[in-house]
Amino acid sequence: MKRFEYAQPRSEREAVQLLADASKQTAVLAGGTDLVGLMKRMVVTPDRVVNIQEIDSLRQIEADADGNVWIGASVCLDEFLDEKITDQFPSAKQVIQGISSIQLQSQGTLVGELLRRPGCWYFRDGHGLLAKNGRLVIDGDNRYHAILGNRGPAKFVNASRLAPVLITLGAKVRLIGPDPDNEQLLPLSSLYQTPASNSELENVLQPGQLVTHVVIPPHGQNRLSAAYEVRHGEGPDQPLAAAAVSVEVRLGRVEQAQIVLGQVAPTPWLAQPAAESLRGKVIDEEMAVIAGSEAVAGAIALSQNEYKIQLAQVAVKRALLRAVGHDTGGLDRPIISEPAESHEQHIV
Amino acid sequence: MSHPTSKGVSRRNFLKGSGAAAAASTVVTSTVAQDAATGTNVVAGEKSISLRVNGKSMTAKAEPRTTLLDVLRYQFDLTAAKPVSADGSSGASTVLVDGKPVMASTVLALSVAGKEITTCEGLDDAVPKAFVAHDAQQCGFCTPGFVVAVRAFINKHPDATEEQIRAGLNGNICRCGTYANVLQAVISLVKGNQNG
Amino acid sequence: MAEVNYSWPANHKARLIGKRVDRLDGMEKSQGTAKYTYDVNLPKQLIVRALGCPHAHCRVISVDASDAEKVPGVVLVHWVKAPGPGQDPVEIQADGTLLVAVAAESEAAAAEGVSKLKVEYEMLEPFVADYDLDAAEAKKRTKKAGGGIELDEALGEPGDDDDEEEWEEKTIQKLFEQSEHVVEGRYGIDVITHCCLEPHGTTLRWEGDRLIAHLSTQNVSRTDDGFADALNITADEVDVTCEYIGGGFGSKFQPNYWGIAAAEIAKKTGRPVKFMLSRDQELKIAGNRPSGFIDVKLGADENGVVQIWDSHHWGTSGFDGKTVAVTNFPYVFAPKNLRRKATGIITDNEPSVAWRAPNHPQACALTQTAYDDLAAKMQADSLDIFLRNLENIDSPEKAAVYAEELRIAADLIGWRRHWHPHGKGRQQGSVVEGLGIGIHKWGGTANTSSCLLKIHPDGGVQSYCGTQDLGTGTKTVCAMVLAETLGLPIEAVKVNIGSSTYPFSGASGGSTTVGAVSESHRRAAQDALAKLFDLVAKKLEVPADKLEAANGNISVIGYSDKAMTWKQACSLIGIQPLEVTSDYKRGGESPLSSSNVAGCQMAHVAVDTDTGVVKIKKMVAVQDMGLIINRKTAESQVYGALIMSIAAALFEQRINDPKTGAFVNAELDTYRLPRLGDVGELMVHLHEPESERARGVIGLGEPPVISGGAAISNAVCNATGVRVPTLPLTPKRVLDALRGAKG
Repeated sequence: MKRFEYAQPRSEREAVQLLADASKQTAVLAGGTDLVGLMKRMVVTPDRVVNIQEIDSLRQIEADADGNVWIGASVCLDEFLDEKITDQFPSAKQVIQGISSIQLQSQGTLVGELLRRPGCWYFRDGHGLLAKNGRLVIDGDNRYHAILGNRGPAKFVNASRLAPVLITLGAKVRLIGPDPDNEQLLPLSSLYQTPASNSELENVLQPGQLVTHVVIPPHGQNRLSAAYEVRHGEGPDQPLAAAAVSVEVRLGRVEQAQIVLGQVAPTPWLAQPAAESLRGKVIDEEMAVIAGSEAVAGAIALSQNEYKIQLAQVAVKRALLRAVGHDTGGLDRPIISEPAESHEQHIV
Repeated sequence: MSHPTSKGVSRRNFLKGSGAAAAASTVVTSTVAQDAATGTNVVAGEKSISLRVNGKSMTAKAEPRTTLLDVLRYQFDLTAAKPVSADGSSGASTVLVDGKPVMASTVLALSVAGKEITTCEGLDDAVPKAFVAHDAQQCGFCTPGFVVAVRAFINKHPDATEEQIRAGLNGNICRCGTYANVLQAVISLVKGNQNG
Repeated sequence: MAEVNYSWPANHKARLIGKRVDRLDGMEKSQGTAKYTYDVNLPKQLIVRALGCPHAHCRVISVDASDAEKVPGVVLVHWVKAPGPGQDPVEIQADGTLLVAVAAESEAAAAEGVSKLKVEYEMLEPFVADYDLDAAEAKKRTKKAGGGIELDEALGEPGDDDDEEEWEEKTIQKLFEQSEHVVEGRYGIDVITHCCLEPHGTTLRWEGDRLIAHLSTQNVSRTDDGFADALNITADEVDVTCEYIGGGFGSKFQPNYWGIAAAEIAKKTGRPVKFMLSRDQELKIAGNRPSGFIDVKLGADENGVVQIWDSHHWGTSGFDGKTVAVTNFPYVFAPKNLRRKATGIITDNEPSVAWRAPNHPQACALTQTAYDDLAAKMQADSLDIFLRNLENIDSPEKAAVYAEELRIAADLIGWRRHWHPHGKGRQQGSVVEGLGIGIHKWGGTANTSSCLLKIHPDGGVQSYCGTQDLGTGTKTVCAMVLAETLGLPIEAVKVNIGSSTYPFSGASGGSTTVGAVSESHRRAAQDALAKLFDLVAKKLEVPADKLEAANGNISVIGYSDKAMTWKQACSLIGIQPLEVTSDYKRGGESPLSSSNVAGCQMAHVAVDTDTGVVKIKKMVAVQDMGLIINRKTAESQVYGALIMSIAAALFEQRINDPKTGAFVNAELDTYRLPRLGDVGELMVHLHEPESERARGVIGLGEPPVISGGAAISNAVCNATGVRVPTLPLTPKRVLDALRGAKG
């Protein structure tokens, strides 16, 4: 790691002031599960690190009078998982459970997860977010790269596993800074952008801005939500493709739907036409397949990632089936031992 | 997890010396300055911090960039937590901070000043004994990290089923392939209820 | 003293041998107090980090270290592979090659120092497409690696007028024409890395002209020589210690150039030095297993017995351009007619080193997938085809062992219950299941080993042997053998291993350690006991050959009242301890150890045909290993090997960027390894009938890691009806193969 200054503010206001020092590159530290590794690899080299874990106002999960659930920026994934108020968001819990590392769940924060830097190996190897204007990815090994939103120089995929889910749930983020009095509530989907040049990031945060909370509106009675990740194996490694869906169903028919794909584009990918195609329909296997195809209609494969188009399509289909309580089929859980048989061997 | 608000400098550019930023401060000795705007302490250079480690009060010298893992290993000679992956992917550096499992390789030492740290050396011996009984170790390098993760897992899920174990203990990598034995060790602990 | 007849106790008489014994250092390991090389902290030690070359193929022109030297805490900048000032540029052919090392007061300062090195590179064109034979030929990146034709004598000889090559070609064509079934295919297996969790490295210091090195090594007894040769001193001036090692798998036999650099830095600075590789360096330069690709055509008779094998294989071992030796093909199976050719591919990667069962996993996967495709083509039961082909194997005397092991494995996995012809299983949604087999072989001869055993007049027993414990449970094996032989409880013997100052014991490579230490420790204990018996015999006035040592006593066989306690017996030794050094030389005939095992594995997989995700439902390993010393750790070896097979079959692969050659996934977030939830249900059966046990100890580390890849690939093919040709079977590859099959 490069040498840097360290500060541990007690209030949001202090934090923003520490972050907004124009003479310095600054970084926010919460769980550290992403930032510290990136600093070790000198991919991220801040002059000042601001630890927000000691700010009381960022530690809570609480519902406001309208039932909106506010999750502070230092709330860890396991705290979200264990909290009763969040039981109404099973799709978010499914994704956190899928991370399946007790360490990552108890050290990583929910807000930090939303802002996890891309896993693109060119980025993580110090070639920049755009990896030489996309050239390294186009000519290189792009098996995990974007199939949607990839026409510009950005070919990486957004790393967040929770963002697709929270977007379908209508989550917003509360931002403050750079001016300490500047506060805004931004739809989560607007937090992300596809950088077009080296001066841009994968999110719209300006130097000195801090995400203090994620705000999830109450989950409607008629709303069904689910997520599905296609994972190579168990554990915290990036999934290959993912989808989150949230549908409002009345009398068996879809009134409104949200479909967001993950791991396929530089941002969480809002599959609006696919969601529209569900309106007025009954979700069954056939309809889920159609929506899946619709969701990837604009996909363009790079040299090695055509398979991801199918994975994204399947993820949408299975997320929809899961949302309406159908069996998703497929394999996405660990296999457990068969009941012991009569043989005497040591069985594991 | 982090949300950096500024763009990093490419390591490779840096090596080629093209467009690299000059080194920031060269201060090494302790400077704790107050930020002009907020009055918050800003630490640069080395600082003395107190921690509670395995029930004892300890003092360490840490720069902002010093990890908890480096403090444990180099200053306290507590080497159960291992440096295996820079980013925590292996879980080998797992310790408990205020009872929660974290990867010491990705924790800055200053951020845990005053907290209660438990390393594998400081755990009760129920989990290690189960690991020995089920031979859940070969070379043993990943083992202490696994043991701490299992302790935390059982604390949280004392009645875990086999499926929950398989779905919940995926933060640790073992290269020798002891997972089958680790699974048996954990099953014996949840069934045997020796985890109090 | 009468001549000592070395032997093992009969199964029913053994108290410890063959039983399940906890490893003696288990608590140290699981409580984290065991000290590995990385964990040894020496007073005033410097931490060394090195700059790895970021390019796969380049020339390093110069290095400017002036900024690095200015970093607070940096003590020394040391040139490793980079040209020193004024020296000629150096060509580098592997991403990660260590160029310059920085020694500093802390990890952070060393890393910062490395980041301040300025290097001038001249880029050269890389080549990394090891799977692409045509491209390699076009780029002149190939090396001939042997081959030839072997035809059954019954086919006759070319006549005097025949051109030999033409005759052979015609004969081979004829053999294929006569074949009832012909299968042609291309198969592959990617490079994987050793990825030891404790990276390679050393913590060392000089004591005057003596080098005292803690080294993470599988070769305690010989790495002193390695240091000495490179440093121009003699081996007696080097002490190597390795009490615990965090993984080796064949990659830790040398001090390596970074170990030598550490010694040089320690010399220059006069301070102890710790130099461990970073994670990406560990993956990039500290050990990898060669890839293998094959074009193969085989012809079989109406029963599916292969009569002709015709193959060309290639692969890379890195920039030295070697491939798996041609004699490994076909694997286990040995049809009477063979045409084989091998080509090495020169890629810009660090040369490979031995990887658990060198050459065998590749040869097994590339052979037995083709054999299974024969079963698929015939729509025959793979088990039948494997069994029938046991009539042509390279060790015919093993055919019955394989047949028995296959029968046991089939039983354990429920072969008959779950079997269906390839691609014809029941589909549940998008999920299909299948079964697959692999069979393997290994030598596992005992290595050379010497044991110094001391029996003290007060009854204390201690042993010294320059071996090491890779996770095998070596220490426990030594103690079990001594305790069994001397009739003592296991706690009564103190075993010392892990130092080059102890009597020589061979490197732990090739499954040779348990055999080696069983030999030397059994011999030492029997030799010492014979001497003790002579003393006791005199005292009790009985012949020495009527004595036995059991339950802490030395007694007359059949007269338990005519006995002395161990302590009383030892008091007869006199003032000085009884010392015995006994050894075994590799290759010597011995009643205690032997070599050559068989073994088979079966896999039951589920494949999600919509996502290409493969999950292991169950794997079974049936393994013979002669006589088992510690059943518990022996089983662990096999479980571990199964899991390593799953890793290589489904997850891990080195990924070189096709354009830059960089090793892009050299961190654990992208170098995918299985985790606890990925291994399914595993079952190990140690096959130890008296006929095998009577052969003595045979090494067990390598054999069970060989055939799992073939078994899993065959199971996926059985499930889907489609061969996914190259391991690992990633979702991408499975989907690509399924799509290809649909056309």
